[in-house]
Amino acid sequence: MRDHTQPPQSPQAPQAPQSVGYWRAVLRRLKHEPLAMLSAGVLLVLVISAVFAPWLAPGDPFKASMLKRLMPIGSPGYLLGSDELGRDMLTRLMYGARLSLVMGVVPVFSAFCIGTTLGLFAGYLGGRINMVIMRILDIFYAFPSVLLAVAISGALGPGLSNSLIALTLVFVPQIVRVAESVTTQVRQLDYIEAARMSGANAFSIIRVHVLGSVLGPVFVYATGLLSVSMILASGLSFLGLGVKPPEPEWGLMLNTLRSAIYNKPFVAALPGAFIFLTSIAFNLLADGVRSAMDIKK
Amino acid sequence: MSQETTTPLNTQDRGGPAQPILVVNNLKKYFPVRSGLFAREGKFVHAVDNVSFSVAKGKTLGIVGESGCGKSTTAKLIARLINPDSGKMVFDGDGVAEYGGIALKEFRKNLQMVFQDSFASLNPRLTIEQTTAYGPTVHGVSRAQAFAQARSLLQRVGLAPEQFATRYPHELSGGQRQRVNIARALAYQPRLVILDEAVAALDKSVQAQVLNLLQELKSERQLTYLFISHDLHVVHYMSDEVMVMYLGQVVEKGPVERIFSHAAHPYTRALLSAIPSMDPAKRTLKSPLEGDPPNPINPPAGCRFQDRCPLVKDICRSVSPMLAPVGVVYDHTVACHLNLEPPPHE
Repeated sequence: MRDHTQPPQSPQAPQAPQSVGYWRAVLRRLKHEPLAMLSAGVLLVLVISAVFAPWLAPGDPFKASMLKRLMPIGSPGYLLGSDELGRDMLTRLMYGARLSLVMGVVPVFSAFCIGTTLGLFAGYLGGRINMVIMRILDIFYAFPSVLLAVAISGALGPGLSNSLIALTLVFVPQIVRVAESVTTQVRQLDYIEAARMSGANAFSIIRVHVLGSVLGPVFVYATGLLSVSMILASGLSFLGLGVKPPEPEWGLMLNTLRSAIYNKPFVAALPGAFIFLTSIAFNLLADGVRSAMDIKK
Repeated sequence: MSQETTTPLNTQDRGGPAQPILVVNNLKKYFPVRSGLFAREGKFVHAVDNVSFSVAKGKTLGIVGESGCGKSTTAKLIARLINPDSGKMVFDGDGVAEYGGIALKEFRKNLQMVFQDSFASLNPRLTIEQTTAYGPTVHGVSRAQAFAQARSLLQRVGLAPEQFATRYPHELSGGQRQRVNIARALAYQPRLVILDEAVAALDKSVQAQVLNLLQELKSERQLTYLFISHDLHVVHYMSDEVMVMYLGQVVEKGPVERIFSHAAHPYTRALLSAIPSMDPAKRTLKSPLEGDPPNPINPPAGCRFQDRCPLVKDICRSVSPMLAPVGVVYDHTVACHLNLEPPPHE
């Protein structure tokens, strides 16, 4: 492209100044990604069925029946079969989506906020501050995440909120690590130096110039953690540290149904299938959002 | 203070025109060479070693030297993007970042920099209008005013705002991006602009346009330039004074015509003889200098040019030469023991 001092007759030149905001442009680009839109639809259905479960669900999630245990999928009155206590699977899956989504989203979201902030400052400020933050987080890295979640959860005591805190603490170091490494790369670019030349303080530079480049990769990484979080939460529930039976939760249901895996494999696999469906939908949507956030597209 | 200007400029010309806008004294930066986590830091890259100079108001000081000689480090030290190990700077009579002097934030308002890599120096996620307006908003200018100012600046550097303002850097050519960088640098109404290889990455025709733009802006806004380049033609065209650097030290400094016609230091002569001649009869295959610059990690005692100098003497091996006046022209200084008389003009 030549250097124009006069307004050139460039075909892609916008005729009128665009007033479309950045996020609106992202949304517009996202609409052209079929997979991401499909995933968004799946997630929307899941969220709606979770939120409106009391009105939409065909039965009572706690009503057991000793006679109708482990009904196959498609039985009359039990569209998705029944579990080992004769409770309607469809109802329980819908109610279970509430807790499972909370257990998946809340810890990852809190860890995303805390971890990105820490990572940005550690990466941008560098030096000793970076070393202190990163070495402290390395301590958390020394333990496998399941063990860490169990240990923290056990120390805090059982309960939903405590297991949310435990899961958040498990994910923070991982997100900090990603955010820190991206920030360290971005920090060396000339445009950050140009921003420093303007006399702006670190906070302003991070907000305006660093955050945009860091959010994308961290966002994708964090969505990958959603499914991990759901599985870990179910593990905590299984150990009696998270959700307690008979409360419906996908992970817990998976655990309680595991004895039926040889009799009714499809019914037993249903909660797992839902966890899989949710996590893959989150991942695909995140991929779509990330590429839509890429300004060069 | 009440100087008539063509542009609404804030020329706090406190020291008057005779006072240098920037005086740099014994600027020094050694980078430690780390060989391992617990290794002792015994080795240092002598990136900038006792560099002193001053820049006169409204003039352009060209800094030349081969790559790795500390030109860019000097620029970053002046801009305080990296902190010097030692050395003082005085900006128009005020000590920079010292008690009773000019605060760093205030100093940066008066000093701006244009970088070589036009793409890396623009935030890919901001439109060029946002990039240009960012600085003034940091200094308390309202958003609307900053954007209006950004648009008029873009207009001034030759990018019609109605067409370019909302574009992203990757949608522009190299020359256009460098114009944006210039507009951004001018957004603070600086008095000193460091041009760090600002045109080196552009092709010749675009380079000429940008250089002319820089010259126009300089007289329009009473700017002072610190023009860093390895391209001697460009330096000759742009500069009033030239400073030649070799391995972190100043080897020669003087008015541009004097340097280009009566260079006193063997290194400067070698540099100048390396300029490709336009006259085919004068072209030569002979390399003006042998060898490479010595390792800047713990350089040897004496003159740093000793191993490549065709005229080296014993004293060069032991004593570092100081900058001293040479010849008949005032403020032509050279750091060389040989006390060479500048050759007569050809």
